Amino acid sequence: MSSQPVIHTQHLVKVYAMGANQVRALRGIDLSVAPGEFVAVMGASGSGKSTLMNILGCLDVPTEGSYDLDGERVNGLGRNALADIRNRKIGFVFQGFNLLSRTSAVENVELPLLYDRSGKRLETRRLALAALDRVGLSDRGHHMPNELSGGQQQRVAIARALVTQPALLLADEPTGNLDTRTSVEVLSLFQQLNDQGITIVLVTHERDISAYTKRIVELRDGHVIRDVPVAERRLASDDLQALDAVGEVV
Amino acid sequence: MRALVLIKVAWQSILKNTMRTLLTMLGIIIGVGAVIVMVAVGQGAQARIKEQIQNLGTNMIVLTAGASNQGGVNQGAASFNRLTVENVDTLRRESTLLAAISPVIFAPGQVIGGIGNWRTHVNGVSTDYPIIRDWAVSSGSFFDASDLRTLRKVAVIGQTLATNLFPDSDPIGQEIQIRSVPFKIIGVLAAKGQTAGGEDQDDVVLAPYTTVKNRLAGRQFIPQILVSTSRPEDLPAAQAEIKAIMREAHRLASWEADDFTVRNQTDLAETAESTTEVMTMLLAAIASISLLVGGIGIMNIMLVSVTERTREIGIRLSIGAHGSDVMTQFLVESTVMSLMGGAIGILAGFAGARILGHFTGWSTVVSVPTVLGALAFSASVGIFFGFYPARKAASLNPIDALRYE
Repeated sequence: MSSQPVIHTQHLVKVYAMGANQVRALRGIDLSVAPGEFVAVMGASGSGKSTLMNILGCLDVPTEGSYDLDGERVNGLGRNALADIRNRKIGFVFQGFNLLSRTSAVENVELPLLYDRSGKRLETRRLALAALDRVGLSDRGHHMPNELSGGQQQRVAIARALVTQPALLLADEPTGNLDTRTSVEVLSLFQQLNDQGITIVLVTHERDISAYTKRIVELRDGHVIRDVPVAERRLASDDLQALDAVGEVV
Repeated sequence: MRALVLIKVAWQSILKNTMRTLLTMLGIIIGVGAVIVMVAVGQGAQARIKEQIQNLGTNMIVLTAGASNQGGVNQGAASFNRLTVENVDTLRRESTLLAAISPVIFAPGQVIGGIGNWRTHVNGVSTDYPIIRDWAVSSGSFFDASDLRTLRKVAVIGQTLATNLFPDSDPIGQEIQIRSVPFKIIGVLAAKGQTAGGEDQDDVVLAPYTTVKNRLAGRQFIPQILVSTSRPEDLPAAQAEIKAIMREAHRLASWEADDFTVRNQTDLAETAESTTEVMTMLLAAIASISLLVGGIGIMNIMLVSVTERTREIGIRLSIGAHGSDVMTQFLVESTVMSLMGGAIGILAGFAGARILGHFTGWSTVVSVPTVLGALAFSASVGIFFGFYPARKAASLNPIDALRYE
């Protein structure tokens, strides 16, 4: 891995025009994320974290400032070029899973490969099955999303995010719709993937969740107000064991 | 995205809403079916009329008397008759292209014989008449050249006359009186049916024109001369030739107009065909309106579908689909839907045409160009009416689409 940062932003500004008013959602964000980092972006609602997440995910473009993703200048690109960047370099994990209904797990995972324009990815089905295997769902490939539990659905979504071998895994409140135990399971999976070298940016408003990451970036009113390493990092695998122990006692 | 994947995705989403898809397709099915049935009826009528005109006779040219124009007052068709038996002989002698020629002298009148009497057309013709009209006798024989020469009082009667005057007996050898002149029946014509105009062609008595001219009509001029060529390609040349010969026979100066009219079967056929063609197109146009309504149905459902699947579109866009990918997906979907509707509609139209033909007795023709045209048209309906919803889907903002509940 090169030392080139996965994310490098300089003075990101985003201004929304809401009728006559202008809302300054981001007021100059300088952020750098190196390969292999696991960053939690935190902030209350209205802090600008969703806007930042959209820009980092190339779903939106900044009003001012520059953004380099994996060494590629992203701001100023057109709609289709951004789509290609999302396809190749970013894996999304959403709060609501966002799987296609009535489409099997393996087909959901395969989907990004079908939109790959490089034409290099031929064995899409094999790659999709490999990605499912990586999240421990190789035996659920032909299940429909509504036949899977919430945790399983989120793992399918993570497999879909991983299948293109992106430079960045971008997770937006990935545990928001899950119960405590399933949340810890998903976080355990994130930690495993991060240990394998995958760069993860996780957007959350829960301090508990951020404790599983390696670095916390806190936003307020469109500014970064805190950017610190996690002092006492929790390991999801330990917590799972603890939860199991409590379960046995009860 | 590869074409196969696109069709598969479209097929999946069509299957997801079977009932809705079927109802939407129903609009196209009815539209295409209606067009097929209407065109089948129109083309059937066209084929029938063509057949009836062929039935009049093969490669036939009709020469009729011209219009008189005295002091600028035109008396209309056949008001100035200068066609004579001599003209017939001249044409027979001088023409190189004519295969058969016969004058037709009309002498309508009451025919008495058999079990009663019957008012009918009595036509004086030559021995070439059966060739020109492609009309054989079903029993007995036609009169010959010696009958013609000796002004023999023999007659060949049509089927209508045979059934009405001689329902239970063989008319051959029996006698009929035409305007008090006795004629011996020597033959009965085969049934010919009605003309395109609805006239009964079998309600006729044919006799040697020499006999009719002398005993019944008694006029010098003859109203009509029928001519035929051996090949249809010769018709235009034969027509020109007849014109030239007739002008010379009538000693017309170059500035004078023809005092006769020459028409051929093709002219008649073309007129009739263009009439039915207009009718077919009119029917098809009316039926196309239902296809248009079906297309609007597709547009409506596609718009609903795009709204319903906003989130799906958002997911696709967020993982790297281009706007064009989404657009193609929805276009393929609407096209597959309308094409399937079109295919079923063709089958329904085919069956409908058969059933209609069975119950009404109309002849219906479903032709290959109609089927291909209907398929192409239904595909373009899908593309045309699917375009707006598909473009709407493609232009969605991924952030908004993902947030859509």
